[in-house]
Amino acid sequence: MNPANYLILSALLFTIGTVGVLVRRNAIVVFMSIELMLNAVNLTLVTFSRINGTLDGQIMAFFVMVVAAAEVVIGLAIILSIFRTRRSASVDDVNLLKY
Amino acid sequence: MRVDPVLLAATEPGSQPIHYAAASGVFSLSWLVIVLPLAGAAVLLLGGRRTDRVGHIIGTLTAAASFVLGLVLFATLLGRDGDDRALSQHLYSWIPVNGFGVDVGLLVDQLSIVFVLLITGVGTLIHIYSIGYMAHDPNRRKFFAYMNLFLASMLLLVLGNNFLSLYAGWELVGLSSYLLIKFWEDRPAAATAANKAFYMNRVGDVGLALAIMFMFATVGSTSYADVFGAAAAGVIGYGTLTAIALLLLLGACGKSGQFPLQAWLPDAMEGPTPISALIHAATMVTAGVYLIVRDGPIFDGTQAARTVVVIIGAATILIGCVIGCAYDDIKKVLAYSTVSQIGYMFLAVGLGPAGYALGIMHLVAHGFFKAGLFLGAGSVIHGMDDDQDLRHYGGLWRYMPITWVTFGLGYLAIIGFPGLSGFFTKDRIIETAFDKGGTSGYLLGSIALLGAGITAFYMTRLFLMTFHGKPRWSSEGPAAKHPHESPVSMTGPMVVLAVGSVFAGGLFVLGHSLQDWLEPVAGTGVEGVHTFSPVVLTLLTLVVTAGGFAGAYLRYQLRPVESVARPDTEVSLVTFAARHDLFANTFNETVAMRPGQYLTRFLVWLDLVGIDGLVRGSAAAIGGLSGRMRRLQTGFVRSYALSMLGGAVLVVGALLLVRAG
Amino acid sequence: MTHATLLAAAGEITSTSTGEAAVFWILAPIAVLAAVGMVLVRSAVHCALLLVANLFCVAVFYMVQQAPFLGFAQIIVYAGAIMVLFLFVLMLVGVDSSDSLVETIRGQRLGAAIFGLGFAGLLVFPIGSAIDGGSAKGLDKANEGGNVQAIGRLLFSNYVFVFEAISALLVVAAIGTMVLGHREREGGRVGQRELMRRRFTEPGRRVTPLPGPGVFARHDSADTLGLLPGGGRASGIGGIPGIPGTTEESSVTDLPGGRAASDTPGAPGTPGMSDGRPGSAGPGGPPGSRGPDRPGGPGGSTPSAPVPPAPTDGAAADSGAGGAEPVDVNGSALAGAGKGEER
Repeated sequence: MNPANYLILSALLFTIGTVGVLVRRNAIVVFMSIELMLNAVNLTLVTFSRINGTLDGQIMAFFVMVVAAAEVVIGLAIILSIFRTRRSASVDDVNLLKY
Repeated sequence: MRVDPVLLAATEPGSQPIHYAAASGVFSLSWLVIVLPLAGAAVLLLGGRRTDRVGHIIGTLTAAASFVLGLVLFATLLGRDGDDRALSQHLYSWIPVNGFGVDVGLLVDQLSIVFVLLITGVGTLIHIYSIGYMAHDPNRRKFFAYMNLFLASMLLLVLGNNFLSLYAGWELVGLSSYLLIKFWEDRPAAATAANKAFYMNRVGDVGLALAIMFMFATVGSTSYADVFGAAAAGVIGYGTLTAIALLLLLGACGKSGQFPLQAWLPDAMEGPTPISALIHAATMVTAGVYLIVRDGPIFDGTQAARTVVVIIGAATILIGCVIGCAYDDIKKVLAYSTVSQIGYMFLAVGLGPAGYALGIMHLVAHGFFKAGLFLGAGSVIHGMDDDQDLRHYGGLWRYMPITWVTFGLGYLAIIGFPGLSGFFTKDRIIETAFDKGGTSGYLLGSIALLGAGITAFYMTRLFLMTFHGKPRWSSEGPAAKHPHESPVSMTGPMVVLAVGSVFAGGLFVLGHSLQDWLEPVAGTGVEGVHTFSPVVLTLLTLVVTAGGFAGAYLRYQLRPVESVARPDTEVSLVTFAARHDLFANTFNETVAMRPGQYLTRFLVWLDLVGIDGLVRGSAAAIGGLSGRMRRLQTGFVRSYALSMLGGAVLVVGALLLVRAG
Repeated sequence: MTHATLLAAAGEITSTSTGEAAVFWILAPIAVLAAVGMVLVRSAVHCALLLVANLFCVAVFYMVQQAPFLGFAQIIVYAGAIMVLFLFVLMLVGVDSSDSLVETIRGQRLGAAIFGLGFAGLLVFPIGSAIDGGSAKGLDKANEGGNVQAIGRLLFSNYVFVFEAISALLVVAAIGTMVLGHREREGGRVGQRELMRRRFTEPGRRVTPLPGPGVFARHDSADTLGLLPGGGRASGIGGIPGIPGTTEESSVTDLPGGRAASDTPGAPGTPGMSDGRPGSAGPGGPPGSRGPDRPGGPGGSTPSAPVPPAPTDGAAADSGAGGAEPVDVNGSALAGAGKGEER
């Protein structure tokens, strides 16, 4: 087994997350897809940390986790406030800013 | 007052440089000569209808005051030494830019004072005449305002001590001429004539402006003193000097109605007759002659330009004479007579220093007799209910004796009746032309001589058809005419001018008085060998003149004159051509106007289709493209995210390609 | 992460233990499947659960790769706290049409598939070509004295400023959430007294608690039919099926939107009917055995809705209409009736 397999796995997960963002309409699911992407990146960081033999990658992954937590909190708050006024959590319903 | 002790170019080899003295005493008031009529114009134009009642009085008084001041200046000049008669007055710095200083200054010298006297004198007389002539015109005040404006502009033209002042005056007389030609602007002919005069003058003005720019580019100054000094010192190259001279000549031709720009002057007769007398006979149209005499130092340096001046003068003499024979409109005949007489002046000044004074002399004499003739014509037209056709006149001497006498004296003066002014001045020009020597001298002399004969012919024709013969008008019927003598305000100036035309020539010529007076400015010609002795030439001229008179007498006095001109189809080719201004208008239309119109249309088309099309097309293209492109902005976040992913794929792909390759 | 660096990094990758390989080959497909399922599954709650599964797998990978602290943090913070937050918001928002998997934007799926595959290809193939059995350095040396300790040392020495900045970010996020979640109170503070007052004065409000689950009929009367467990109506004597207002049921199983009520034909408009029953004293009346008993029905909260009188009971309609006047609590029935007739 080669540690680079983790990298391939994380690339796949990242891509799946991307497609999720593109395909799903529920804002919360979109958010979850973004979390998936962040996790894929974290996995990459941890793997590289191991390959390089330093802990910097793990630290970076840790920071990413924290930032992701903050982002989730804010994002969900935004979704909630949109839902409050528009009664919808669909990202397609928020499309007034257009031609 | 700043002194301008600048070297004035000597016009004659070996003569001492002349300094402009500082204007002091009464000369420090010389600006008033210009300002008085200008103030009159300002008051009349700004005062509006309130000044209607006193408009003519204000106008006349300011003109007269200017004349009196001119007389005082003249008298003071007389009291000074001959070498000390050029006085420069610095008024203020007009354009004080670094390296380019234009000062407004006045130059009162022998030449300009002559013009000042002519302009203000004749101008005042014509002002007085206009009081009667325009008595019934509702816009008389405006008329006087324009006349005053003209006087001020013309005085600025002749009194300025640099070319920019001259140019300002040059354009202003053009403006006032335009305003006065179209004074009866409700007449389409007048409006068209004014436009025509304006356009053709522009052609000449461009020449003058270019000449001034050339001067500035070469000499770095536009003041007479600097430019003439440089020209005399040979600083300016021959080619440049010739170019400047020719451009100046173009300006002079435009303003003076000389070939090839003569076509506007006859049309300008659509203006009121006093205007024809003042502007288009006595003063403004002679500005070209003034310009050439004033720029003598420049023309002295270039024989080529001078030759062109002579050729133009000779050609114009013939053109004016020939056409003058064919017209039946009294004012147009006089107008072509003016063209031809100014041709004499050009011929004279083209002959060099020998002719400068002669040109000025003829100019002044012409100013008197032609103004008198025009005023007489105005009086006739006034008495004949605005009928200008010679063929409707006849036998008028009985009804308007004063007009007859004064007009007759002017007529005798112009054809060169012995003892009258034209006799002295024109003969001297013919003589000098012959004295030029060589083939060209003979040719020019012959042309001048021939011109004198034809002048006698058409002027006699004009005089006889107007005042003698059987009346071709009736005092009864629907077109009844009641010829009558004009009021005193009109006849008075005519009398004065008649006196002037009788005596001016003798006064100037006898004892070389005017020639000597002008000598510091114009120089004297080297007394050459006479081709013919003056007595012989005078007799020859008299014979030719008598021939012209006899021809006209035989044709128009002894034989009845038709009251309707023969149609074009029955006249000779020469008459036909003369009636059509020798096809000058056709020429102008074909060569300048039509191509200009086509060019304009093409440019309009180019502008509309080409440039506007380009601009609008690109705008429309971008607008249409944006209209389609904005559809990409669907408002769906997911679409945008997809584009971002596409971009990321492209970037990563490109990166890998580059790194792998 | 270019090709060259990947190659350089891959040069030292070495094979790992068999145990790790086993863990990887078991969990990696699960992680991928969970991720794919997350994209494909309709219900958002299922999505969240699949994500949790994925996060667990990744957490195991962390632990396997000598990052136990991150692995546990992943489980606690991500799979625990954050996913709970997700579910919480999901419950708040509820299910709606956005859960539908029908694509509404033309070409979106196709584009997503093409670009997704392209992206995956771009990411995976360089890595795949870079794998050539090098050696990884491993973290044994770095983790000497414990992974948590090592991370803590780094965090509070080299990365202390980043750490501070991140903590500031957290504070800002917390404040931002409060700002976003805050709703301005309109009007004054509503006390218990006012709430109780509204309970009785507002039309359509029920005074009593809803009956417990399984209670379908609340009336003995013959004109109120019981709801059978299958959802049908019990056929009773005197029951007039099809006439609105004659069947009344409500229970705690009713959703606020009145779904159960809307199963009955003619149920819309029932509030007026129910209030217009003979003997009903209207909303202002004393809460008797037959008080205004039902909040249900769409529009039940709109008291002034014009109501056609029930064909069976004309007089009741009047008082019902009167009852529809929320202000007229103690007012005369006449005035109310007059208004009702006016309509």
